[in-house]
Amino acid sequence: MKKTVISVIGKDTVGITARVSAKCAEYNVNIIDITQSVLQDMFVMVMLTDIAALNCKFKDFSEAMDSLGHELNLEIRVMHEDIFNSMHRI
Amino acid sequence: MINLNDILETINMIRQENLDIRTITMGISLLDCADSDIDVSCQKVYDKIVRLAGNLVKVGEDIEAEYGIPIINKRISVTPIAMLVAVSGGDPVKYAHALQRAADTVGVNFIGGYSALVQKGFSAGDIELIRSIPRALNETTNICSSVNIGSTKAGINMDAVKLMGEIVKKSAELTADRDSIGPAKLVVFCNAPEDNPFMAGAFHGMGEPDCVIHVGVSGPGVVYAALKKCDGDLGAVAETIKRTAFKITRVGQLVGSEAARRLGVPFGIVDLSLAPTPAVGDSVARILEEIGLGVCGTHGTTAALAMLNDAVKKGGVMACNSVGGLSGAFIPVSEDEGMIAAARSGDLKIEKLEAMTAVCSVGLDMVVIPGDTPSEVISAIIADEAAIGMVNSKTTAVRVIPAIGKKAGEELNFGGLLGEGPIMDVNLTASPKKFIDRGGRIPAPMQSLKN
Repeated sequence: MKKTVISVIGKDTVGITARVSAKCAEYNVNIIDITQSVLQDMFVMVMLTDIAALNCKFKDFSEAMDSLGHELNLEIRVMHEDIFNSMHRI
Repeated sequence: MINLNDILETINMIRQENLDIRTITMGISLLDCADSDIDVSCQKVYDKIVRLAGNLVKVGEDIEAEYGIPIINKRISVTPIAMLVAVSGGDPVKYAHALQRAADTVGVNFIGGYSALVQKGFSAGDIELIRSIPRALNETTNICSSVNIGSTKAGINMDAVKLMGEIVKKSAELTADRDSIGPAKLVVFCNAPEDNPFMAGAFHGMGEPDCVIHVGVSGPGVVYAALKKCDGDLGAVAETIKRTAFKITRVGQLVGSEAARRLGVPFGIVDLSLAPTPAVGDSVARILEEIGLGVCGTHGTTAALAMLNDAVKKGGVMACNSVGGLSGAFIPVSEDEGMIAAARSGDLKIEKLEAMTAVCSVGLDMVVIPGDTPSEVISAIIADEAAIGMVNSKTTAVRVIPAIGKKAGEELNFGGLLGEGPIMDVNLTASPKKFIDRGGRIPAPMQSLKN
């Protein structure tokens, strides 16, 4: 398992989860968990994914998510799980 | 799964509060490059740097992409070049050009180490290197220079202090057509750390391994944002800074150890520093003002800075395996939006900055002074700073930029991370020339006798 956090922040519209999930499937990324919330009028979705079977370079996947974000007018980030673990857990 | 709020906190730090890793710096020993023929020596220097650091920038960019954290600078520090000059002789500026070529090839934005350590006296190569600094900084763009002129153990080499006043001035004169940028890349140290990842003072010390990775963190914006939500007493303020510094430093530890692993070299230290940038929201001065000062530079500034500096260390020290470098809050005037504003309004003066340097991590940093400031006054400024460092067993440094052809109130603009700044007034009412001209050495203080 190689866990990665995909975060989506922006204005809520129809089909965000579907579009992001479809993109994950396209790149062979397995979704382990999804959490959604609304924060100060902003839609926030956090996906925990496993990219062990990713079918391209990490950078290409990350850029694909970034451009999907531009298309949907959202901020989509792909970040390795370790940065959150190291910052918030001792 | 990791807590949603924790994830959002981290993401917010990066997207809104300017959290970044300021630098990954590879330290490289050049001792095995020394040759009695300077051209052979320069070629070996170039080859070794390119061999070891060829992947540095790529690895930095990969980590940046995978962890989603900006890594602003990828840099290199090398053995003080004066030691190579001692063996090879010849024109030291040849080394500066070799380093510049290496910097261009591997794509780093600075190489530090055009340096000499002369706290107790000059040995072979030292004087030649120091005299060549103005030319080296004029003829290269990405090379940084530093000279250590004092230490708690050795005292202060006042001959070197006198010389450095002249060198700073000369360096500014040679680069007068480029906003006097020469001395912005030149640091005069007392108690220089040997594992400092930050420029312009980075060099690779004698006790370091052949090759090592150091990391410098940043994050004034994150501390500022955390303090905005804190309305408790000063104990609560210190606690908030500690908690925030812990989180920032953990990211530094993660990035540093990952970079070292991928490059196949040992991981050295994390430098726990609050390094500001000229960007709004990334200022140490604004933190001090958030703590409760009307403006940075007013009475109370030294006390607030002392607390900030201490809390950053306490928070960071548990977050990483090994702490080193300068570790504390930086107060570079032209690189800090709040400091620039306070200097412009006249609230922040050199005398107050000097007091602040007694409790922060470096010294009089990126201070622009009038171009007609005599070299002996620059030397005296260096001596004052060195004395503070020597007596308090801490690093102090001077990086002042005489703005050639300009007077107090006018401004210089260096661009990029070096920022911009108003020319600050220097007290010229009476001359310290006799004191500086005496030369010799200020003996090491009682504090040095610890054995």
